[in-house]
Amino acid sequence: MNEIKGTKTISQTAEVWRRLKRNRAAMMGGMIVFLFVFVAILAPWISPYPPNEGDLSKRLKPPSKEHLLGTDALGRDQLSRVIFGARISLQIQVVAVFIALIIGTLLGMVGGYYGGTFDNLIMRLMDILLAFPGIFLAISIIAVLGPGLNNLMLAAGIYSIPQFARIVRGSVLSLKEKEFIEAARAVGENDLNILFRYLLPNSMAPIIIQTTLRMATVLLTASGLSFLGLGVQPPTPEWGAMLSTARAYMITAPHVATVPGLAIMLVVMGFNLFGDGLRDSLDPRLRD
Amino acid sequence: MGRYIFKRTLMLLPVLLGVSLVSFSLLHMVPGDPAELLAGEEANPEFIRALRKEYGLDQPLYIQYFHFISHVVRGDFGISIRNREPVIKLLKERFLFTLQLSFLSILIAGSIGLVAGVISATKQYSLFDNFSMVGALFGVSMPIFWFGLLLMLVFSVQLRWFPAGGKGTILHLILPAIALGAASSAVIARMTRASMLEVIRQDYIRTARANGLREFIVIYKHALKNAMIPVITVFGLEFGYMLGGAVLTETVFSLPGVGRLMVEGIFQRDYPIVQGSMLLVATTFVVVNLLTDIAYAFFDPKIRYE
Repeated sequence: MNEIKGTKTISQTAEVWRRLKRNRAAMMGGMIVFLFVFVAILAPWISPYPPNEGDLSKRLKPPSKEHLLGTDALGRDQLSRVIFGARISLQIQVVAVFIALIIGTLLGMVGGYYGGTFDNLIMRLMDILLAFPGIFLAISIIAVLGPGLNNLMLAAGIYSIPQFARIVRGSVLSLKEKEFIEAARAVGENDLNILFRYLLPNSMAPIIIQTTLRMATVLLTASGLSFLGLGVQPPTPEWGAMLSTARAYMITAPHVATVPGLAIMLVVMGFNLFGDGLRDSLDPRLRD
Repeated sequence: MGRYIFKRTLMLLPVLLGVSLVSFSLLHMVPGDPAELLAGEEANPEFIRALRKEYGLDQPLYIQYFHFISHVVRGDFGISIRNREPVIKLLKERFLFTLQLSFLSILIAGSIGLVAGVISATKQYSLFDNFSMVGALFGVSMPIFWFGLLLMLVFSVQLRWFPAGGKGTILHLILPAIALGAASSAVIARMTRASMLEVIRQDYIRTARANGLREFIVIYKHALKNAMIPVITVFGLEFGYMLGGAVLTETVFSLPGVGRLMVEGIFQRDYPIVQGSMLLVATTFVVVNLLTDIAYAFFDPKIRYE
């Protein structure tokens, strides 16, 4: 049994990878994501200057040989700040998506599998979260928790729970009527085993796709909150917060307002492209 | 149809109840005594006591909630801590502004998205199609606030075509509306394209063509009408999201919208303002979604019988 299962998994992964490799847009997205993670991890070693030390005699300088992307209002090296910003973004994305992934998946699995009142309760709870449009939900959560990095991650995480819960629930609902689940029940597997060894592995495709795409949404939301002053606070080199400060110098030094936004857009685009590609290769039926 | 509307409206009640509970509990989840929070920082004990009594803050929670709801349904959202004006008055002005902005934005985003989507679908894999789909990718990946800053930089600062912020004329609203609508126009374009592509491949379109109808009539009369059905949902949803996303545009262009009011409320610990904004925006969003669903059911009878 294990052997057959093993062989199938390998060939399936290989098949997905084969399809993914042929998708040029997805590969480009994957490269951007890879580069972003690479920069985030190696930030202290590859950034030319410390991100929070500036030379006030060199304020708002345009790009030069010394400072490839120029300097900001406090004479800090813009490139170094963008590089360290990648670190903060990645941290926020990973923590927030992880929170949503764990809680959302659990709620979706349990609700979908057991159904009834409990499922109803979970779904109405998700409806309440979804009643706050987009970033407004994250803002409302911040209103309760207060601004700051940790609360930002929590808010962006809670904000993404309903998406995971809904997708996993849908997957479990369609799977639980299948023969292999019936068979598992017939041989006396308990609920816990059915949930985690049968239903969860078979719901992995939509979960992986959602995780990738959510990394993009969470970055947009989190940087938006920081831009509003509700998230990461200066002088931390977070991209949204950097843009918020740069607003005041937009006319005299447009480069300061351009670079962090470009970074956000590139990374979001990378995750979007890669996520769309994953969707096409993991589930070719979903292709339009 | 009537039954569907009734059922769908009934489903709204638990959500609205939840939304009201969430905004009610705001005051109680923030650390500190609610009466002192409501009174503001430099209030005298006399005033705090008066407030506690007026809002029933010395009563059990469920009575307080009842109190809260009975005021809210009468349009009484309390008094702003900051400038001692009724919250409803501030909300009304700011909300109407955001609504105006979102309307203009969905109008712009909708026209661009529909036209781009239809042309993309009829000329699949053409230069235009590739171009607009890459554009759509940029649209969904750009942060609203950054796009707003760029628009301002190019069209207000450099070209001086539009004012850089503030309100007054329709000119003040154009750039913010474009910034807010960029992502929506991308989503609408993609959805229209996908939906059109599906419809064009149907037999009845082939029949229409075989009957010798002109291509223009086939596309714009027969295909578009059916392709529009799923797009309606996207329109409604995107309009709803704009009410939330508007806060970013409002901040970039210094506009007096409800999102901005809420963020200022958070900074100034003006809890009645925050509660009121939460309630109003969430309720509107839920109602917009309801109307979207009803419109969808109206155009697509299959939905009603599920």
